[in-house]
Amino acid sequence: MLLEPMRSQLGVWRIERRPAATAWMRWASPLLALLLTAVIAAMLFAMLGKNPWQGLAVFFVEPLRNAYALSELALKATPLMLCALGLAIGFRANVWNIGAEGQFLLGAICAGWVALLDLASLGSVGLISLLLLAGMLGGMAWAGIVAWLRDRCNANEILVSLMLVYVAQLLLAWLVYGPMKDPAGFNFPQTPRFSAASVLPKLIEGTRLHIGFVVALLAALAAWLFMFRARAGHALQVAGLAPQAARYAGYSARRALWTSLLISGAAAGLAGAFEAAGPLRQLTPYVSAGYGFAAIIVAFVGRLHPLGIVLASLLLSMFFIGGELAQSRLGLPNALSGVFQGVLLFSLLACDALILYRLRRVV
Amino acid sequence: MLNALSRRALLAALLATAVALAGCGSKDDAKKADEKKAEAVKPDPLKIGFIYVGPTGDAGWTFAHDNARKAVEQEFGDRVKTSFVESVPEGPDSERVVRDLVGQGNKLIFGTTFGYMETMLKVAEETKGVRFEHATGYKSAENMRTYDSRTYEGAYLVGVIAGKMTKSNKLGVVASVPIPEVLRNINAFTLGAQSVNPKVTTRVVWINKWFDPGKEREGAVALMDQGADVLMQNTDSTAVVQAANEKGKFAFGWDSDMSKFAPEAHLASAIINWAPYYKKAVREALDGGWKTEHNWWGLKEGAIDVVALSDKLPAEVKALVEARKQGIKDGSFVIWRGPIVDQAGKVMLAKDQVAEDKWMHDIKWYVKGVQGAVPK
Repeated sequence: MLLEPMRSQLGVWRIERRPAATAWMRWASPLLALLLTAVIAAMLFAMLGKNPWQGLAVFFVEPLRNAYALSELALKATPLMLCALGLAIGFRANVWNIGAEGQFLLGAICAGWVALLDLASLGSVGLISLLLLAGMLGGMAWAGIVAWLRDRCNANEILVSLMLVYVAQLLLAWLVYGPMKDPAGFNFPQTPRFSAASVLPKLIEGTRLHIGFVVALLAALAAWLFMFRARAGHALQVAGLAPQAARYAGYSARRALWTSLLISGAAAGLAGAFEAAGPLRQLTPYVSAGYGFAAIIVAFVGRLHPLGIVLASLLLSMFFIGGELAQSRLGLPNALSGVFQGVLLFSLLACDALILYRLRRVV
Repeated sequence: MLNALSRRALLAALLATAVALAGCGSKDDAKKADEKKAEAVKPDPLKIGFIYVGPTGDAGWTFAHDNARKAVEQEFGDRVKTSFVESVPEGPDSERVVRDLVGQGNKLIFGTTFGYMETMLKVAEETKGVRFEHATGYKSAENMRTYDSRTYEGAYLVGVIAGKMTKSNKLGVVASVPIPEVLRNINAFTLGAQSVNPKVTTRVVWINKWFDPGKEREGAVALMDQGADVLMQNTDSTAVVQAANEKGKFAFGWDSDMSKFAPEAHLASAIINWAPYYKKAVREALDGGWKTEHNWWGLKEGAIDVVALSDKLPAEVKALVEARKQGIKDGSFVIWRGPIVDQAGKVMLAKDQVAEDKWMHDIKWYVKGVQGAVPK
């Protein structure tokens, strides 16, 4: 890529592609971005009149201080991880599903619906399996609409998936204000509490961390196997990187579209089911704290690689929790965690740009 | 050459930052140590935590709560130490925040939105040594009680002003969530207006959010397009008064004084003053007497008021509002006195009957004069 040269008193400069990007830097770049974020964060703390070390400790040490804090970190990372894994598979196939938020909500709605049915006869294991399955199917159906419209009408999947987020939010609102409303809830927008049989098994007793975290880690392993060891996963990525080569190799573009959307829908739906049956225990209009959107950042910070995504989801979860702690510990505004997310993504993009390109003086 | 230079520059910048950080650290630590020495002789202050659903900002619901927190600090000085966490969504995140406040040693915790109810109840049952105050909910425990304010009194009084000031006889309400509290406010607003102007009707737009400036604005514009010339809101932002200002209509501030956001449109603000209740709660937690109860405070207790009356109001309107206010305070005037009929004309409260609190908590219908249907 050759851009218009920049002229200044220091000469004429041009941004040009490096002949070969340093391979290890591709992985070092997220770490460098993290370091830059920490430095900028420290400067921000100093500007706000706080001790920067204390500020950094609240964001990077406090969320890890004991088993309970770690369990909360993992709990918050679970939906991010699941959503981001699904998204990464789609992004690698050049299918831009940015509506994981909507698929997440559908998963929560379907799981909640099963949890509220009178199914005690199934037993706890049966009921939980059924509601998780319902969540996955709900997310798949929502993503399936996107795939169908793209397949049939060539509708842009970015727009359709985003718009369906709002439809999902309104559907949830309609349900909790209407048909699914708790009759004993004084007209407040909420369903009844889920029955005891649907309580997810805990990983650590006395915390809120449930089996969803283990499932998310297993999903990361499965995603790795799918991406790098399975023929279908390979076909998907070829379709994304070089559509014509994929066609030449006989890989179907339609199949790539459907597979990647259904997988990401299932993953987001499962995340929603875990959130509803785990910490929420009832449906309200506030099921998601924006996990589906934050997962897009997670997927990119994690380099669209399952291992990277596991780490990135924990990192973003740390920022969220750090933001809360910074308020009660240091009296800092809540907007700070959003600023950090933005700075992290920005630094990462900047690092990436400088790994792939360089500034050169031409005159 | 360039590479080497830029690397060195980067390194220098990093080092400079590190040195600056180290400097800050030691200074602050020294100050801390001094403070610690001074604190050692005093008894430990009561730590109080507040959880807010929105940003503290400069107007509205959370702003009003945070003002009361500051009033508590002022009143009790170093006997208390308060902290708050803002913008905590009504969902699973609230549990971590509540637990963390407990872990931080807070012995009194205020949760200021309905959506924290289940979370607070759960944590309250597990941590008996901590007292919980939950705004607007209906579940309580041995160490958790509820409080609320009679916002309908403010709604009624601004209704009186609206009834006098409207030219089109069409009023509008930008409403949040169709729970009894909000329906009660719409009804009180309409009754207030009808008490001085029987011809008025009220139109309602529901936005299903407590704080959403964009939707609040859209709702306000839609109401004004339908001919409403005086607006009330049961939402938190200043978007409604601002929209009315742009269109040359009238509107009322809600929860806090919003006069400065709409100098032309603003007629008055129906405000909540949480300070009297917060002071009572803190005093009881400090000195004893705290027990599970439901406190529903209004004009009489100083929890509700109508303030910042515009110069545009004729003197007789101001006097009328003042008279009704006094009447409500001393009990000589009652807002919910029969006959009160619903939209279909069905008598909901018989003639001369005075409503009890339970009746008010159960309002799921509109009074006659409100148009449209209650969302199901």
